[in-house]
Amino acid sequence: MTVILNEGDSAGTTGAASGSPVDAAPEPGKAMTRGRLVLIRFARNKLALVGLVLIVAMYLMAFVGPFLTKWSYDQQDYTAFLEPPYSEHIFGTDKIGTDMFALTMRGLQKSLIIGLLVALISTTVAAIVGAAAGYFLGVADKALMWVVDLLLVLPSFLIIAILSPWFRGKSWFLLVLMLAAFQWMITARIVRGMTLTLKEREFVKAAKFMGQPARKIIAKHIVPNMASLLIIDATINVGSAVLAETGLSYFGFGVQSPDVSLGTLIGLNAESATTFPWLFLFPAGFLVVFVLAVNWVGDGLRDALDPTSTRVRRKEKKDTKEKAA
Amino acid sequence: MTTSELQFDTPADRVVEGPVLQVDDLHVSFPSEAGRVRAVRGLSYHVSPGEVLGIVGESGSGKSVSSLAVMGLLPNSARITGSIKFQGRELIGQSDTELSRIRGRRISMVFQDPLSALTPVYTVGDQIAEAILVHRKVSKSAAAKRAVELLDLVGIPNAAERAKAFPHEFSGGMRQRAVIAMAIANDPDLIIADEPTTALDVTVQAQVLQLLETAQEVTGAGIVIITHDLGVVAGFADRLMVMYAGRAVEKGKVDDIYQQPRMPYTLGLLGSIPRLDVSEKQALVPIKGNPPSLTDLPPGCPFAPRCPMVVDACHTAEPPLVDVDGSLEHAAACIRTNEIAAADGEGAEAAVEIFGAEVADEPEVAKIPREQREVVLELDQLVKEYPVNKGVVFKRRVGTVHAVAGISFDVREGETLGLVGESGCGKTTTLMEILGLQKPMGGEISVLGTNVSDVDNKRRFEIRRDMSVVFQDPMASLDPRLTINDCIAEPMQVHGYSKDEINRRVPELMRLVGLRPEQLSRYPGEFSGGQRQRIGIARALALEPKLVVLDEPVSALDVSIQAGVINLLEELKSKLGLAYLFVAHDLSVVRHIADRVAVMYLGKIIEIGEVDSVFEAPRHPYTQALLSAIPIPDPVKERQRERIILTGDLPSPANPPSGCRFRTRCFLHAQLPPEKQRQCIEVEPPREVQAPDHEAACHFAQIRQVL
Repeated sequence: MTVILNEGDSAGTTGAASGSPVDAAPEPGKAMTRGRLVLIRFARNKLALVGLVLIVAMYLMAFVGPFLTKWSYDQQDYTAFLEPPYSEHIFGTDKIGTDMFALTMRGLQKSLIIGLLVALISTTVAAIVGAAAGYFLGVADKALMWVVDLLLVLPSFLIIAILSPWFRGKSWFLLVLMLAAFQWMITARIVRGMTLTLKEREFVKAAKFMGQPARKIIAKHIVPNMASLLIIDATINVGSAVLAETGLSYFGFGVQSPDVSLGTLIGLNAESATTFPWLFLFPAGFLVVFVLAVNWVGDGLRDALDPTSTRVRRKEKKDTKEKAA
Repeated sequence: MTTSELQFDTPADRVVEGPVLQVDDLHVSFPSEAGRVRAVRGLSYHVSPGEVLGIVGESGSGKSVSSLAVMGLLPNSARITGSIKFQGRELIGQSDTELSRIRGRRISMVFQDPLSALTPVYTVGDQIAEAILVHRKVSKSAAAKRAVELLDLVGIPNAAERAKAFPHEFSGGMRQRAVIAMAIANDPDLIIADEPTTALDVTVQAQVLQLLETAQEVTGAGIVIITHDLGVVAGFADRLMVMYAGRAVEKGKVDDIYQQPRMPYTLGLLGSIPRLDVSEKQALVPIKGNPPSLTDLPPGCPFAPRCPMVVDACHTAEPPLVDVDGSLEHAAACIRTNEIAAADGEGAEAAVEIFGAEVADEPEVAKIPREQREVVLELDQLVKEYPVNKGVVFKRRVGTVHAVAGISFDVREGETLGLVGESGCGKTTTLMEILGLQKPMGGEISVLGTNVSDVDNKRRFEIRRDMSVVFQDPMASLDPRLTINDCIAEPMQVHGYSKDEINRRVPELMRLVGLRPEQLSRYPGEFSGGQRQRIGIARALALEPKLVVLDEPVSALDVSIQAGVINLLEELKSKLGLAYLFVAHDLSVVRHIADRVAVMYLGKIIEIGEVDSVFEAPRHPYTQALLSAIPIPDPVKERQRERIILTGDLPSPANPPSGCRFRTRCFLHAQLPPEKQRQCIEVEPPREVQAPDHEAACHFAQIRQVL
């Protein structure tokens, strides 16, 4: 309800007046850099830390796991078809006798890399293109927005499908690039719009008048002020990249057998979900945990970067109260 | 328009018995995350018919909330107790439908922001007609006719035509007139005006205040005017109530309060206003600290933490509002009223004495004659025009906006030049041209002797070191994502200072502007407006500039906080020998801080000179009108003053009048014989020397005292 209190004359007094305990600096008098402050704020968010630990653990598992089992994803055990989990095959086997643990780990490797990289690349491209177009305007804006519009009208699925014979056998990184190339356009447009309004803010003008070069203004003032949007966008992109890869794989493009991804595993075994649940539950469970962990980290990052976020502070208040008691 | 058509009762017809509005022990509180916000805590006042009550206080003192409570416009989450009696009828506890019958008919309201008070998709005439139709059984055509009459009454020219216009086609002042027309449409008995002039220019402010006076005469209504500026109400209000932390801390007749304030807060408010009519440097009283949080107030006087006269007894109990000086009309809530009464001075002088404010010393360089000092900034016939384009595919130029039409001035070391004028006169464009350091469209800009038209980017970057800027809006001028440390360090990083040097200098700058270096790792959002403006000043001073450009640095701040920032600016100027280019629309602030002043009108400087000479003996009719429009916080002087009210609004800079640009609004021009008028229409007046260091651009310049 403070809105109403300050409505008419919002000039003088807010924030500090309430005298809330704010980020207590560990060494009073010495100022902290932005990076450290964000780190401290991030570390305060328990859920985000759990998410981070989960992601790291999954990476470790995906790349170290295959060495812990004697089975490999392209190798069959002809003594065990469709066996539920037991000591020999801890995740069970599928109908041709492949070890599910080995398969899931191999799929996890692919999906982790594709999901995170695609999200990272597409959001970065969106931020750079959108901010540059909005900041410089003129020819740069026209050219960049023309590219965005062009990519938006191109049927991305068809193009990847047509190109896929060409990058068959080549590095998986090409697939990542292709997926990222078709995911950044809408965000870039939103970013451009936000840049247009941010550009008129006085702190951007102040930076300009003190001689800050344009690229630094974009990096230091414009992009951080859109961090919430970009982080949310990136976390959504992780999920949609995994799904896009699944769709492609399903139609025979993208990741090809005998290689697997979580997407192909889920697609392949979805119909066995009720009859032979281990075929479906393990890959699907990993995917869910992965996307969830990414979301938690994203939330934590957003709160840590956003100084107006009250979540971090409110929790801290409770902590200090407990300590006092 | 005949009187019979205007359905106003004459004041004499009314049955006058008791006050129109009687508020007793009003409490309003809101739920919030930090606990209940007790916005109004035991407020009592009354308004008699035909009386003007001024409610004064800082932001968050509960003045708006209390009047919204009267209107019944508070959200449902608000808890309201006490009694609000309108013409003897209790309003608290009535349903919204019942209140709707009173609202708009018997009580009406004028809001601060005239743009948001009108619906953008209906014509102004329709909106006024709607206000009538809601409450009276009249035909649509009769209502429309009356809307036109009302617009005419509030001084809108061509009312019949303008009634068909949409709100965005009206200027700010005209919109506020339309809102007032709506407010008096049903001949109310009470008008509540919530900061009706805060969003407006000074010249328009004078027009609106006069209009409110007219409205009061026509309707005979009681008026409650809410403001944070003691100057506005001095000549208008009959009685005054000063609010602090949700309570009235002093109330009484206007003259009593201005001359014998008995509560330190009122004293502080009075002392914090720069006076237009005082030539020698007067000390401004800043009230330290911020208003208290209204969630859990400590026991005792809520003003105690900021009070210079605080004693231990102040912390024990909240003082009640008691009559002072043996007068029934004048009451104050302070345990030391007698001691304030014993102070020597009156009003603002007593404030200076009690608060111990000091005038900053003159800078060293000021002792050298002006001509011998270094020229820091020089503009010569600067021109900036914007094209007006039409068409979607093939853009063709249909006109030109002459935002700045050839202005010249210089700023020398250690001096302050105030640049004043109404909004839209080209002040900001001039600033942006100076700060942009690009080759201007016409004319020349020289900074520290270097002409910016013929320098390369490297030199331009070097010039930026000597020139910095402080913006108007302290909320927008600091990046919310950067800590204060990073904000202040930024200019030094850009200009290649070493890390150690930055780490040493940032806390130093914080101390210089009166903030604690321990707060460096906080974000701007955790500071109040005044503190943020100080941070902006610290950032501007980081590179030890010679010239600081100030774009209305105090106009977004409360008066009490404004005084602190002005004092800081003066102190820094004398300490560091800075030169300021101070852009403002508030002439009293300019008088206080500036050494020279330049008055702009429609992209031209029409009068420039030494500040006392311009203010005491203004030569140009526009300067005279501007000066006479500024209220003086002294009720006696204010009532005697003759106001020059300018008619109409600023003409469009896309199509300025021929000859003298001011002639369309000039009162002097209107009185001239036709042959002399022709000279105004045909010949553009040149800037001529009128007195030592005083130039004005008027064919018929003559001195007129307006203060």
